[in-house]
Amino acid sequence: MRFERREHRSTALVIAAPLIAVAGAFAITGILIAIAGAPVFEAYWRILTGAFGSRLSATETLTRATPLILTGLAAAVAFRARLWNIGGEGQFYLGAIAVAAASAHIARGLPSLVQIPLLFVVGAAAGMLLLLLPLWLRLRFSVDEVVTTLLLNFVALLFVSMLIDGVLKDPAAFGWPQSEAVDAAARLPKLLARSRLHIGLGLAVAIAFIVYFVQSRTVFGLQSRAAGLNPSGAAFAGVPLARTLVIVAMISGGLAGLAGAIEVLGVKGYVTNDLSPGYGYSGIVVAMLANLNPLGVVLAALFTAVMFVGADGMSRSMGIPTYIADVTVALSLLSMLIAVFFTQYRIRR
Amino acid sequence: MNDAALEILGVSKRFGDNLANDDISLSLAKGEIVALLGENGAGKTTLMSILFGHYVPDTGSVTAMGKELPPGKPRAAIRAGIGMVHQHFSLAPNLTVLENVMTGTESLCSPVSNVAAGRKKLLGISERFGLKVDPAARVGDLSVGEQQRVEILKALYNDARILVLDEPTAVLTNIEAEKLFSTFKEMARLGLSLIFISHKLDEVMATADRIVVLRGGKLVAERKASETSKAELAELMVGRKVTRPVRDPSTPGQVGIEAAGVTVRVGGVDRLKSIDFRVLTGEVLGIIGVSGNGQATLAQLLSGTVGRTAGDLFLFGQHVGDLTVADAVATGIGRIPEDRNREGAIGEMAIWENAILERLARFSRRGLVDRKAAIAFAGRILSAFDVRGGSPTSRTRLLSGGNMQKLILGRNLIEHPRILLAAQPARGLDEGAVAAVHERILDARRAGTAVLLISEDLDEVMMLADRIQAIVGGRLSPPVRAQDADARKLGLMMAGEWEGREVTDAV
Amino acid sequence: MTALIDILGSAGLWAAVLRIATPLILGTLGALLSERSGVLNLGIEGIMTFGAMIGWLAVYNGAGLWTGLLVAALSGAIFGLLHAALTVTLGLSQHVSGLGVTLFASSFAYYAFRLMVPVAGTPPTIVPFQPLDIPFLSSLPFFGQAFFTQTAPTYMAILLAVLLAYLIARTPVGLAIRMTGENPHAAEAQGINPMTIRYGAVVAGSALMGVGGAFLTLSAFNSFFPTMVQGRGWICIALVVFASWRPERALFGALLFALFDGFQLRLQTVLSGVVPYQIFLMIPYLLSIAALAVMARRARVPQALMQPYRRGER
Repeated sequence: MRFERREHRSTALVIAAPLIAVAGAFAITGILIAIAGAPVFEAYWRILTGAFGSRLSATETLTRATPLILTGLAAAVAFRARLWNIGGEGQFYLGAIAVAAASAHIARGLPSLVQIPLLFVVGAAAGMLLLLLPLWLRLRFSVDEVVTTLLLNFVALLFVSMLIDGVLKDPAAFGWPQSEAVDAAARLPKLLARSRLHIGLGLAVAIAFIVYFVQSRTVFGLQSRAAGLNPSGAAFAGVPLARTLVIVAMISGGLAGLAGAIEVLGVKGYVTNDLSPGYGYSGIVVAMLANLNPLGVVLAALFTAVMFVGADGMSRSMGIPTYIADVTVALSLLSMLIAVFFTQYRIRR
Repeated sequence: MNDAALEILGVSKRFGDNLANDDISLSLAKGEIVALLGENGAGKTTLMSILFGHYVPDTGSVTAMGKELPPGKPRAAIRAGIGMVHQHFSLAPNLTVLENVMTGTESLCSPVSNVAAGRKKLLGISERFGLKVDPAARVGDLSVGEQQRVEILKALYNDARILVLDEPTAVLTNIEAEKLFSTFKEMARLGLSLIFISHKLDEVMATADRIVVLRGGKLVAERKASETSKAELAELMVGRKVTRPVRDPSTPGQVGIEAAGVTVRVGGVDRLKSIDFRVLTGEVLGIIGVSGNGQATLAQLLSGTVGRTAGDLFLFGQHVGDLTVADAVATGIGRIPEDRNREGAIGEMAIWENAILERLARFSRRGLVDRKAAIAFAGRILSAFDVRGGSPTSRTRLLSGGNMQKLILGRNLIEHPRILLAAQPARGLDEGAVAAVHERILDARRAGTAVLLISEDLDEVMMLADRIQAIVGGRLSPPVRAQDADARKLGLMMAGEWEGREVTDAV
Repeated sequence: MTALIDILGSAGLWAAVLRIATPLILGTLGALLSERSGVLNLGIEGIMTFGAMIGWLAVYNGAGLWTGLLVAALSGAIFGLLHAALTVTLGLSQHVSGLGVTLFASSFAYYAFRLMVPVAGTPPTIVPFQPLDIPFLSSLPFFGQAFFTQTAPTYMAILLAVLLAYLIARTPVGLAIRMTGENPHAAEAQGINPMTIRYGAVVAGSALMGVGGAFLTLSAFNSFFPTMVQGRGWICIALVVFASWRPERALFGALLFALFDGFQLRLQTVLSGVVPYQIFLMIPYLLSIAALAVMARRARVPQALMQPYRRGER
């Protein structure tokens, strides 16, 4: 058996790939559900109704999708330039804690229209900073950024844990490690009353469109794509590789930091050790499922959110561990990799 | 019948639409040296790969020492006594000579490797054939010639009786090549059979007993070396009389580019050592030399991707500091890189994107790419330079090598550059594309461009250049006029022998 | 100052160092074997998690401790097979595939654990490996307590490091692995199938990772809880670079690392209340990053690491 490059990639195949991948993942998860002794189709149905069955669950799904869009974009932007930023989780937390600190202690009292944009910048800057260190190590010492960004996730989480257990600790929290609540003026307006859904969703979708535009229409987009596809070819054509990577890192880290900022300002209002159920890591899956397309990221984030929210509901009613959602999402990633491969190669004999 | 060491019978192999080998039969006697002659793309390498079990032929069989080889099994080929010496050496630079040689020679289940015995055997072979090496040396520290020796030793260590060599002299100096060929003759005398691929007529005539000519995947002729001539072989190989572009006398003008004592250090090594040259407008300066002697650095220097360590560089009489890519493009330096797939184009991007990537400043407004203008520009290149097999929006990877090179040439020449840097512009192209590329370069010369041609192909340089300098170990020889040069003189220059300089510091 | 010396002089520290080092030794050896053949296996974090879970689960359900380790090794091998199929056969990005394996293996581990072990107030426990009582050696003053009160898997890990060092440097199969990691085309030309070698190295390496994970639940602790691997897999990947891809140095690197870790754990109790404990917990990760920065340029990287091999495609 041998693989042969396809000369022409059909659009139908490219669109079908993620669907086939997700179907494959569901098939395997189905086996796991069956092993747990539950009726498979009913379980899937409950996931769907758990995610969309009521106004509450639907808004919850969209609320969950919001940070996933941003961390997904963070990964997609970086991966496209072959910058392996696996540090989304750490950048998310750093963005969150930066915002909590700034709002509670520095920006407090500023009007919403000033304070919120200011805090966005603060959150994004914190995420950026955390990614610039691994990038510097890569450019200066040729250290693989995959490992350093992964390791920095743990450092960032411990750092946040130290702050919310120390200088930023809310004295009114009965000893629980959590930061002081942000200023009421910094809270993001709700999209729908009586729900957790906030304007962050609109913002995230808008950013996806902006990223799409930047990648497909601007000089920087063209250059960063060239740098990712063929660094020596790009350098020969005069693309400043290091500078391009730095900008890519700033965008990527910034988006992950912004995701943390928006989560704090939009949903919780303060930072805890469990602010993120792995949004940074899930962002990687989201980006891969979208085949690094910024608009695809929105859909992939929605799919992932459906899985997580839906599985919560299903798990309660059917006694299947909620981790089934993580398993499905991870399997979708693996089967997506295979599906994308077969859009590029065919089997010969 | 049984004195045939190797017998190839009716081998055919198809890749997509391309019939790389068409019903080829060939035999090799014990103690015989056969040369496989053919242009690039004639199917030589495919045939060798089939012989060695890398490819499975569609039809036909290979018999070695009277036994038919199972197709697609390199191990069986090795066991049958076939040893292959690849053009791009199959060596691991981080491992020692002995480790490279011994890989795969012992049972993988054996709990211990008999290094002492291996070393003894290697030294014995090295003694017998006059191929000196240090078994403990790291391969990456050896010169190219020594690495090739390791490659040959590897085959002999596996008790090869039939040696297959893919363009063995491609990376050697003339002197190293001569030494290699005397080793070949010695091996044949000791009863080995050799088959080597080449497209150099001289070495084929000098070394082989028999010459087999391939063209377009077919075996077109078989001649005894004693019964043929270079002229006949050249005609057989190409299949028609080639019309080389005719050269007008050059009408050189002002100095386009001048280097005075330029040294370039990369990674702690002086890749260029105080070189001097000048290229006038309306002439072609050819830089010849065996690859790996600083050509790449010279090309990078003028492409703007590497800076000077010392010395001065002038463009049209004006001193330039460190040239960047943007400067180079803005000054009107057309750049044809040595490796079109690695540097010349980005295969996964559209043709229009590759056409303008180095000119983004011109094809953008306020940071936005002017797609319309860029696609129109690419369209102009495709039609003016006869690039076939794609439209401006199709992926560049789909173009054939020749068409991709025409695209690269086109994006540089369409704007009439004042200086053209062409590094190995015809490498790996078929005969038709080579002629087209050469014609374009001569057109540019006629239009008054100062052309710097870097090439390993003597014929190419002799045909295009007005003046010639050789590059050896990062140094440049003084120029000679093309009409005063002959192949012998150039060969000596490439080996590092020129006035006032000893051969000894040649690489 | 005297506190520091007290810590270094306590036999308990050195005993802890060996204990902390064991999973790192096993994981690093596994990653190293795989990388020597040219395949980076970022599945390590998930494979260790799964190994920890399945090994524990086997013992919890009545299997012997050694059977538990074997089951963990097998599970690692299966995930290794998955990673090899994606990266060797299909030639996909080793980074992404490895992360995918990690996400899949760890979430699958949590799922299976929750399914098999209902939620309880305190996690259920097993009886882990007990320290081996080595005649004479264990009863030596100081040294006995410091170095000879370990459980059997610790000695096994050290022995494995020596064996692997020998295998890679001195045997034909070791040479074949090295050649495949340096230049798979050359290996192929010498009649070695690089695909087979890579499959073998990835699968065997992943089995070692699985055992490394199981050590946590079967020897270091006696129960399984999610996130217990805590980035140890990533640290192993960093240690491989630190060790310059050599097993004997990997052993040294893991021990050195464990020394720092054991030291900070004790320092933590000495300085509790003065310095936040999180600072100490950060040290291992920061150390790994520092080790990478120092060693990345100096180390002799296998030349074909992360390069997919396809026959006939150069």
